[in-house]
Amino acid sequence: MSTLAASSTSPPLADDQLKRVSQAVAGLTPVQLQWVSGYIAGLGASAMIPSSIPEAGRSLTILYGSQTGNGERVAGALAKRTDDLGFPTALYSLADYRPASLKRESLVVLVVSTHGEGDPPDDAELFHEYLLSGRAPRLTDLSYAVLALGDSTYVNFCQTGRELDARLEELGANRVLPIVECDLDYDEAASSWSDGIVAGLPDWLDVAPPAPRLHAVETAARHGKDNPFAAPVLLNQKITGGTSTKDVRHVELSLDGSGLSYEPGDSLGVVARNPRQLVAQVLDILGASEKDEVLVGNETVTLGEALTNRLEITACNQGFLRAWRDIRGASELGKLLEDGHQEALVEFLHKHQVIDVVRRFPVDIDAQHFVSLLRKLSPRSYSIASGPSANPGEVHLTVAVVQYAAFGQDHWGAASTHIADRVDEGDTLSVFVEPNSRFRLPADGNTDIIMIGPGTGVAPFRAFVEERVEQGARGRNWLFFGDRTFSDDFLYQLEWQRHLKRGGLHRLDVAFSRDQDNKIYVQDRIREHSAEVFDWLEQGAVIYVCGDAKRMACDVNDALVDVIAQHAEVDREAAQARLAELRREGRYRRDVY
Amino acid sequence: MTEEQLTQVERIKANSRHLRGTIVDSLADPLTGALAEDDTQLSKFHGFYQQDDRDLRSERKRQRLEPAYSFMIRARVPAGVCSPDQWLTIDALASRYANGTIRLTTRQAIQLHGVIKRDLKKTIAGINESMLDTLAACGDVNRNVMAPPLPALSAIHRQVQADAETLSAHLTPATRAYHEIWLDGEKLDGKEVEPIYGDTYLPRKFKAAFVVPPMNDVDVFTQDLGFIAIVEHGKLAGYNVTVGGGMGMSHGEPGTYPRLGDVLGYCERDQVLAVSEAVVATQRDYGDRTNRKHARLKYTIDDRGLDWFRGEVESRSGTRLKDSRQFSFVANGDVYGWQESDDGRWHYTLFVQNGRVLDAGDREMLSGLRAIAAAHDGEFRFTPNQNLIISNVSQAQKSRIDELLAAHGIANEAQATPLRLHSLACVAMPTCGLAMAESERYLPSLIDRLDAELEAAGLAGEAITIRMTGCPNGCARPYVAEIGLVGKGPGRYNMYLGAGFAGDRLGSLFLENANEDEIIAALRELFRRHSAQRRPGERFGNFLVRTGVVRSVRNGRDFHDGPVDARTK
Repeated sequence: MSTLAASSTSPPLADDQLKRVSQAVAGLTPVQLQWVSGYIAGLGASAMIPSSIPEAGRSLTILYGSQTGNGERVAGALAKRTDDLGFPTALYSLADYRPASLKRESLVVLVVSTHGEGDPPDDAELFHEYLLSGRAPRLTDLSYAVLALGDSTYVNFCQTGRELDARLEELGANRVLPIVECDLDYDEAASSWSDGIVAGLPDWLDVAPPAPRLHAVETAARHGKDNPFAAPVLLNQKITGGTSTKDVRHVELSLDGSGLSYEPGDSLGVVARNPRQLVAQVLDILGASEKDEVLVGNETVTLGEALTNRLEITACNQGFLRAWRDIRGASELGKLLEDGHQEALVEFLHKHQVIDVVRRFPVDIDAQHFVSLLRKLSPRSYSIASGPSANPGEVHLTVAVVQYAAFGQDHWGAASTHIADRVDEGDTLSVFVEPNSRFRLPADGNTDIIMIGPGTGVAPFRAFVEERVEQGARGRNWLFFGDRTFSDDFLYQLEWQRHLKRGGLHRLDVAFSRDQDNKIYVQDRIREHSAEVFDWLEQGAVIYVCGDAKRMACDVNDALVDVIAQHAEVDREAAQARLAELRREGRYRRDVY
Repeated sequence: MTEEQLTQVERIKANSRHLRGTIVDSLADPLTGALAEDDTQLSKFHGFYQQDDRDLRSERKRQRLEPAYSFMIRARVPAGVCSPDQWLTIDALASRYANGTIRLTTRQAIQLHGVIKRDLKKTIAGINESMLDTLAACGDVNRNVMAPPLPALSAIHRQVQADAETLSAHLTPATRAYHEIWLDGEKLDGKEVEPIYGDTYLPRKFKAAFVVPPMNDVDVFTQDLGFIAIVEHGKLAGYNVTVGGGMGMSHGEPGTYPRLGDVLGYCERDQVLAVSEAVVATQRDYGDRTNRKHARLKYTIDDRGLDWFRGEVESRSGTRLKDSRQFSFVANGDVYGWQESDDGRWHYTLFVQNGRVLDAGDREMLSGLRAIAAAHDGEFRFTPNQNLIISNVSQAQKSRIDELLAAHGIANEAQATPLRLHSLACVAMPTCGLAMAESERYLPSLIDRLDAELEAAGLAGEAITIRMTGCPNGCARPYVAEIGLVGKGPGRYNMYLGAGFAGDRLGSLFLENANEDEIIAALRELFRRHSAQRRPGERFGNFLVRTGVVRSVRNGRDFHDGPVDARTK
């Protein structure tokens, strides 16, 4: 920042006023500028802002519910903007917000994601339940707007946002902007929605645009989603044994010089590239050359580039299916998309990649048309597997390579195949940090933690344990791990053994599903040790769950309900309430996907 | 001797409550495929060794996985006799829990390899159900008692075998730990008494064998305790007692050496148990418990003298040993093919390369023996040379056995040259933790090359004993082979030459740290000389000694004297 005139929005100053301010600060050093900015901000806070507080105390409350942190980022950025502009702004996670307070609000904007097949994210669960229940009050004084986030690979991809949007209207609240639904590539839609909010605020809050708060631009992380860091790969090591049915990689990346930092629990966004085998197959079907040119957005690129680096060609979504149906005409596909086939559709999208649809329902289509049907290629998120203190300048991932056969063809996951097949030590991987404030270690190192992380869900717990060891945390650490076989799938076995020996890990219970006739999973181990689990909970332990959302997280949840029901001697409903209470208190945290 | 000087293993034994240790907890630990470190010593007494797949060791370390631990389980088969039903049980256990192979040992026992921890108890219990067991198959106790494998050959053999079985039973540890841990026996928790061994058992392993001259198939001079049958007037009169044999040594430690047993004297049949117990007790009390490399009976005797030892044995047993009687041995190998015994039954000694019973290509040894076991109403007998005798076959069944052998491609004619028939190799890589070089996986291909050399030298029909081990501990008794190859490092061996064909003279070092080409080149020259210069019927080992290529070594303490490396001459 060199001059005040470079500030973002057009200032509410007359030209001569602006000139005087500019003159006053001309020639100041950056440090002086920062001090002055703080000084003026202070003046603003004490003198200017009160005059612009809307009558009847109308203010903006931004609420977010977020599973992966995207919602939190959008909400946070918006809050910063409105706050900088001088609008009274409050920002809350839905987990921390008392739903009954809605009655006292004037303007609420909600940024909420949808989890899996139409479920609210963990931190929005109780809010969602309350608002949709009969207990929700009439909200005729409330104005609101909703930004819904989701992943259109899932059928009900913005369901929670839609439900809240419709319900608020039903309760008499005034919708000031139509709901905007965003897919994984939410950036553009979210920022134009945010622009709409900012533009509408003076009207909705019934105030003239207040004076913007002037302060030094904070040093933003140089590398983010829009500007990922090309992280050198230090190690790409398969960590499943020779006869494992799985290929899981331990990947170590250097963050040296990136300015990136992270905390245990955060995720790393990895820019994916589509598998070249798959690109070749798509080109083959299109009868096109990778050198052909196509328009993606408003940029002309080669078809090879479009299919490799720009567009999603693995995960299939409803939008693509509908478009495909429209081209192909009435078909089995059309039937699937009619109302009432919801479950079949969910199943279908789960099993089919884009290419499977293309193969199964062939149509005559040119490359440009095909490309226009595809979604932007999204980065993939991986829970960070390294503790930042134990691994300065590095970040580690635990990546399950997705490769399987279906419909008589090989299938590949985008990012994991890229990592497995194309990334060697010395190559780089484009990454950015995705903070996940909902999955943090307890601030108090004396608190016990129970970590439940089967498969690659164990990744953040490697970070947790490393960090707790570095902190010298005195709380106990208990890990539940599970996978297919003891001999070949015991991820990080040697490290856990070492932590156990040295006191970094206090308990480790393992479940290997395929080592005996009957399958044993982590939830079985939780039930087996229910008395101790309950005892730890009674002593204040925080529970963390990471991994598969479809089945594991539900099964583990059920097991925890059983644990509480059995040892607190209450019925399941009361046990569920206790678990919900734990969740509200931040003592039951999940990072499931 | 102070407490501090005792070896770690002595401390473990003393604290083990008669071999219990924490084996039960080790088995239950789901976080590792290994046992607690102390238990890996105690497990040997129960008949199994912890090992890991060394081929995978470095890969798994990079994978952040512990080594691929598995266990070798050794079943004790006194005198090497096994019924077809027992064989089928072992076969089933091998297929279900082990690596699908059965290994016949150089001590007439059988080993299963690759059993993982959670299958240990099921496997050991299964072995016991077949009326075999694994107790004291390894460890610092008396191991499997050996005897000539074919008692049916004569009344003498039958009596010797009975004596061997009696001694085996007498020297079995009394601990109930084995039954508690593996067979869910009543819990005594270490309060029982070990009448012969005491609470810390022996300082080191202890090996005993019986032999009937002129065959020295058990290699009696390599045993801590040996009984050489003395036949007078067609009857078993008694035994010459040998003591202080042993193979093991360490590279670069001249204080360790292979040693041939000394004949201590002669005893009557009914004195065998008393003499044996006295030998064991003397070693128990005087063996060196401060250094496991100096703890075998052979060192106790060399340190204190044979006369002293005889005095101890005589006073402890209340027996006066008589002067030894005449005997002579002709060979330490096996007699292959069909033999008829005095009762008109037939016995087929089957060559099992390196003792490994498996299906490999056209040679379906495992399937073949399974088929034979199902058809056979006699016994299987394991020889000290890793072979198997299909024993006690009626005249009528004989052709059926021949058919089955041929059908599975395992009849001796299909398998082997004389050199191969006289070869032994220990297991070594990838499972044995002690191996420094390959053995079982390598010797067959080396023999291919040596056979070509023998043929070129005009010695195609010549039987020469050749034995290889992956380390100097000597499981395959390489120091009493005419060609002994002992692993020093990957692809590198010490070659010892000149041992007696009957196992009655030690070899001596001829090449040190040699690779395959150097071994071949040296033997090519010696085969050529042997072919050209030998006396009628002269064995290769004897020839080398007579012509001064190597020294004649009878005394273990001379083994390292004046090492000869042919390449430096």
